[in-house]
Parts: sequence; structure tokens; C-alpha cells
Amino acid sequence: MENKESLNLPGYEIPDELKNVVSVTALDRLYNWGRRSSVWPLMFGLACCAIEMIAAQASRYDLARFGMEVMRPTPRQADLMIVAGTVTKKMLPAIVRLWNQMPEPKYVLAMGACASSGGPFKEGYNVVAGIDKFLPVDIYVPGCPPTPQALLNGLILLQKKIDQESIRKVRWYRKGPDSVEIPVPILGPDLIDPRRIPDIKAKAAELASTPAPATQS
Amino acid sequence: MTTPASTPTLRPAQGDASDLAARFPGVVSPDTRPGFSGFTIPADKLVEVATIIRDELGYDLLSSVTGVDYLPENKMEVVYHAYKTTGGPALVFKVQVPRDNPVVASMTPIWKGAEFQEREAWDLLGIKFTGHPDLRRILMWEGFEGHPLRKDWKEAFYEEDAKPFKSRWPDGKHVLAEARNPFSDNLRFPSGFDPEKMTFADPEEALYRSLKKYTFEDADGIQADHIIVNLGPQHPSTHGVFRSAVILDGETVVSLKPVMGYLHRNHDKIGERNTFLQIIPYTDRLDYFCSMTNNHGYVLAVEKLMGIQVAERAEYIRVIMDEITRIQNHLIFFGMLLNDLGAMYTPALYAFEERELILDIFEAAAGSRMMCNYYRFGGVVRDVPAEALQKLRDLVFDRLPGKIDEMERLLTENDVLVSRLKGVGYLSAEDAINTSMTGPMLRASGVPYDIRRADPYSIYDRFDFKVACRPDGDLYARYMVRVDEVRESIKILQQALKQIPEGPTMSVKPQYQVRVPAGEAYGRIESPKGELGYYVISNGKPNPWRYHIRASSFINLTALEMMCKGEKIADFVAILGAIDIVLGELDR
Ligand code: SF4
Repeated sequence: MENKESLNLPGYEIPDELKNVVSVTALDRLYNWGRRSSVWPLMFGLACCAIEMIAAQASRYDLARFGMEVMRPTPRQADLMIVAGTVTKKMLPAIVRLWNQMPEPKYVLAMGACASSGGPFKEGYNVVAGIDKFLPVDIYVPGCPPTPQALLNGLILLQKKIDQESIRKVRWYRKGPDSVEIPVPILGPDLIDPRRIPDIKAKAAELASTPAPATQS
Repeated sequence: MTTPASTPTLRPAQGDASDLAARFPGVVSPDTRPGFSGFTIPADKLVEVATIIRDELGYDLLSSVTGVDYLPENKMEVVYHAYKTTGGPALVFKVQVPRDNPVVASMTPIWKGAEFQEREAWDLLGIKFTGHPDLRRILMWEGFEGHPLRKDWKEAFYEEDAKPFKSRWPDGKHVLAEARNPFSDNLRFPSGFDPEKMTFADPEEALYRSLKKYTFEDADGIQADHIIVNLGPQHPSTHGVFRSAVILDGETVVSLKPVMGYLHRNHDKIGERNTFLQIIPYTDRLDYFCSMTNNHGYVLAVEKLMGIQVAERAEYIRVIMDEITRIQNHLIFFGMLLNDLGAMYTPALYAFEERELILDIFEAAAGSRMMCNYYRFGGVVRDVPAEALQKLRDLVFDRLPGKIDEMERLLTENDVLVSRLKGVGYLSAEDAINTSMTGPMLRASGVPYDIRRADPYSIYDRFDFKVACRPDGDLYARYMVRVDEVRESIKILQQALKQIPEGPTMSVKPQYQVRVPAGEAYGRIESPKGELGYYVISNGKPNPWRYHIRASSFINLTALEMMCKGEKIADFVAILGAIDIVLGELDR
């Protein structure tokens, strides 16, 4: 792997007698190399795209080449949430909870049209038009469903993203609360995002004062 | 028989249907709307007539129950399709009730298989079923505002009643759906709604109330209580986002309720906005392992409405694609069932190896591995390339038979497999029929009911194959039925590949906007998971008035509680795995 070589090139002169004996590298490189080579995805499939995710994991496409074949059924052991499929309103609270339970560092990959934007089902009354309305998505993979190759490409992009990070700057070593927790949405007459409550209240009051035909049944 | 594309008016004259009107003169009347068939029964006589239909006319399998909202006539209609497990066409009967207070007697005392479908009709259309044991919402959550399939209920991203939307066609100006919605999102709140003052019942509470609780006091006066265990919607063994709430006594299942709707993608509502052609790619996404068979059921229904024939070569291609889909589905089934039993991933890897080869053929023929969108009204969209056909021959004649033998060598006699499957999850033939089980589940309970034989569609009457059937009604029988079915499918494929004629793949000129005469049609096929039916109503416009999917994954779960009671919780996973559900089709 290209990265394995570069791991031993810290950018300054190494004395001849130490070459091939010890490894001198930058801490960031070592740190990122370790993480990018063992991204464990959450075993978590929502819809059709999940089948292509499983196909990517099976022998022909073989995710194991990237150290990513260890799908974890529990969020506590997972580094990456591949949102593979349509996010529905009914499912969303569970997804947000799963995300909140994942320890840092963690990433989100939106696989397919549905997870990225709602896709073919966007107009559906039970469909969330893209997981990025709630979770911070790192990588989008287009397709319906994306082929396993496309997913692999997305994962390579994620590795590149990890390579850019620096141990001094990453959010999980900063002071303050440990992770970016997201308030769990509430299922009321429709999906309620707790962060938007004042906004929803104001808009609904506005609707009450002006007859708006579009949202009345 | 040459073609399944008969005109819909042919149906009421067949079978015992004529007896019904004669038996109840003045009560049961034939449905005389042009293009419609079956009988109309007054709401107060429904139970009485339905009992006769089941017990005396012999229509023991209630396949589909669905509601239709006739807004212009201010009526709600409930449509029932009943079949005989000995074969033959449907008996369709309907009940009409006023739209402002739709109340219909529940069919659950007669056919338990109506349970989930009636809950769905309540959830989506607001039809109340009196006498239903557990009438809760099923796909949406308790507390959701409105009944979305009602014709006057408009979704948050509503633009127009029917596609193609004028804003985008012909001149292509487009406003983001978010910009048109007052809440700038896919949200729809009652006006004046105040989330802070909202008081709503916990949506889960009704669920837990519906479970049968368990308490027990032993000889020493020590109270033993039940344990509630929630499996899913995020659980490695639920095949997606399925959830069950289970009451346990120690490790034994006492009561169980499936909870679904976590992948409810509103196929019906979107379908009613789409044109007939636009629906085909959506059917792909129902049972996403079997997009070919999904297409087939739907085009059958619309071809019935249009009264068109299917090109001869296309019929063969359809059979070939259906059967190779079935093989692919069953292979994955073996892998996933073994996953559920704890043989994590190794058998599934064998299955995926073959599946990839089959997907290559799909990709060559249809352009996509999974979402094939391949069938059209009157044929298939394009011919199968010669190389793909050759690959298929290699697969069917040389490779697959050996692979099945290999898999059987590894699994069928395996001690662990046998001891986990034999005698577990028993379902009797009567219960299976009464709960509207179809497909391998029904055949594993000893009922040789296969739509390809019982009510042949396409050209299945030309092939020599056996209906796989096992009498034991346990998990092992369900496994063996699938093994047998794969072998039979290979047989059909070998015949079809030898006989396939040259010729065009479409019987009519392909059109974007097909003209579908007014009427109703029910197209059903034997999908790998059971009976997949599409109930389509056209009112002569470019869009269907009603588009309903009868999904076997959904209805086959009716008996889940029955099969799990008294079994260990670990066996629940295997029992669920053996039903072979796919969430896309389950929740639609
Ligand atoms: S993007 Fe397409 S394939 Fe993926 S979940 Fe959505 S509909 Fe299914």
C-alpha cells in the first residue's frame, strides 16, 4: 500500500545506521494509518442499498482488503455508520440514538440516493429527505443502489479524509463534551426535530392565521 | 392457454362465483361497473356471506384485503380476493360503506390472515373494522396525523395529483419541494400546532398493552414475572429494520407482536401519483432481491386491464428471469438462515458467489444489477444479449446443479442444522391456510399450492415441474421446500432455454403514456417469497386510481406469534429467518 511506504518518511534525514532498523514517523501519520486501516462499520442496513453493502463485503469485492470487513452489530464498537437505504421518519429516532451511542471518532457515509436526499421516495410522507438533515455526513455515494465499486470508492475517499486529520485538531481530543450528540427526534403528528421546536411553533401559528390550503386535509 | 392477458370481464363467469348471487338473491349483487368484476355485499351481511364463501363454496384462502377511497362517490370500499387452495380463479367481493363513517365487520374470525391487512386499511385509509382483535396503526406510528391514502390527504411535498408535473414538463422549471412547504421540509403539522404543549400518548404503550402479560406464582408464593424483550429495529437477525416485542417466561416465548413500518416508503401513495409506466421502477424496490418477479406481477395486472397479449419470446424471457430470480433468492435464503442459526457468513459467502454470477446476467440484460426495471406492458424492454444467454446456459446446465448438490452436502444432513430445524416452529396446514400463508411457507405445511400450477399465468402451463411440498410444517420442511424449489426451477430453466423462440420482445409499440381502460385488475404471481399481488384500479386517466401491493412478506408474518409460542427466544430468530421476509416488501 502506498501509505505503508510513506509511513516511514517523516520528512527529515534518518541516519544510515538506523535505516530499516527503527521506524521514524510523524505521530499524525501513524495515528491516521492505524485508524484508516481498521474502520469498522456498523452492521446496519435500512433498505435495498444494504444488499449492495453486503455484496461489497462478500468475496467478489471483499471489503477486508481495507480492514473494514468487521461489521459490528453494536454501535459501541463501530467507527462508521453506512446509512444504506431509505431513512423513514419512523426509523429516524432509532438511527439518531445509534449515532449518539457510537464512540468518537465516528463517521457517516450516506450510501445511495435515498440516504443522500430521499431519492425516488423523497415525496413520501414517511420519508426523511436525506440523513444529512440530522447527522453530519462525511461522504455521499450516489447511485440507486450504488454498485459495490462505488461504495468502495466512497470508502477510499473516507480513508483520504482520515489521512488529512491531525491528532492535535480532531474534535474528540478537544475540551468539552465528548461527542456531538444529536437530540432524538420525536414522533408526534409528524416528525419533530427538537432543535426546531420554536420554528415549527411559529410557522404553525402563521398557518393558523392565514388559510393555507396546502397543508390542510 | 396461450396468454394470461384475458379481459377482466371474463372472470365473474367462472368457478362457483355464480352460485353466490343465486344463494343470496337481493343481497349479493354482481359488480356491474364497466371493467369491474366480483360481487357487492351489504356491510351488515358481510360476515354471513363470507362464512358461506369459505365453508360452502370452498374459498379457503383469503389472499388480499384492501380499501379503496372513492372520493367522488363519497364511499369507501373494501375489496377481498379469496381463492381455493385447490386452484382456480378468485372470488372477488366488495363492501361499500359511507366515507365519513367507514365501519366494516372484521374478517379475522373467518380468516385470520385478514388481521394485518385490516390494520393497514385502518392505518392508511381510516376504515374501522369491528371485531378486530387489535386494531392499531401498523405502518405509521400511533399518533400520526391523518390517514394518508385518503384521496383528500395531501403529503407535505405535494405538488399535483398526477405526474408528470406541469412544473417540470414540458418546460422543466422546477422549484425544490422544500421551498414550497411552509416548514421547509417534509413536514406537515396541523395549523396552530404547538409542540411544547403537545400531549400525546406514548406510541409504544398501545403495543405493550396488546401483549399478553405473564405472571406466575410458584408453590412457595414467589412471584415470577414476565420479561419484555425488544428485538429490533436495529438487530443483526431481523433482516433489516423489522422489530418484535416479545414477552418471555425465562427463555420461552409467551407472546409476541411484530412491529413494522420502519421502512414504510409509501409505495401506494407515490404509485397513485405516478403514471402506469413510472410505477415499474418502484416495484423493483419492493422485494429488492427479486426485482424481476416484482415487475412481473405488476405488468400482469396492467396487461389484464389493457387486454393485450405478450410477445412469445418475451414470455420465455420472463419465465427465465423469474426462475433465475427464484434460485438467487433461495440461495441467499440459505445463507441468511444459516447466519441466523449462528453459522456466521460462511454459507452466505457460497450464496453470494452464485448470486454475483446471476446478477451479471441481470446487468447484461437490464443494465442494472439489482433494480432491473426490465418488464414492460406487452413484453420486456429489450432482448437478452446472446452472450448473457450463453452465460445463463452455462450456469443452468453446468454449474448450478452441482452447486446445489455441494450445498446440500454441506447443510442438509448437518447435525447442528437438523437439530436446530427439525420440529421447531410448527404450523399446521389449517393454520397456514387460515392465516393466508403463501409460497414456501404454505407448501412446507403440506399444502401443494403454487400459483404457477393453481392459477397459471404467463406460460407456466407449458413446463414440466413438480410443486415442492413437505408435510411436516416445521423449519426443516421450510428449508427442504426451498431446496426442492431450486431444483425444480433449474428444470424449468433448462426447458425454457431449450424452447425459447426468436422474435420480437414487445407485442405492442412501446409508449411512455399507455392508455389503460377503466376497470380493476388483480395480477398475482408466485414470487420466491409467496403470492405477490397487485391490485390496480384505473379510471381511464394516465395514473392509477388505486395501486395496492399484496406482499407475502407482510402477510406471512401473521402466523409468527403462533409459530413462536412455546419456543425458545433463540428459535424465534430461526423462525423469522425461515419466513424469508424482505423489509422493502413488508413495509412497502
Ligand atoms: S437509493 Fe435506491 S437502492 Fe438505495 S435504498 Fe434508496 S431506493 Fe433503494
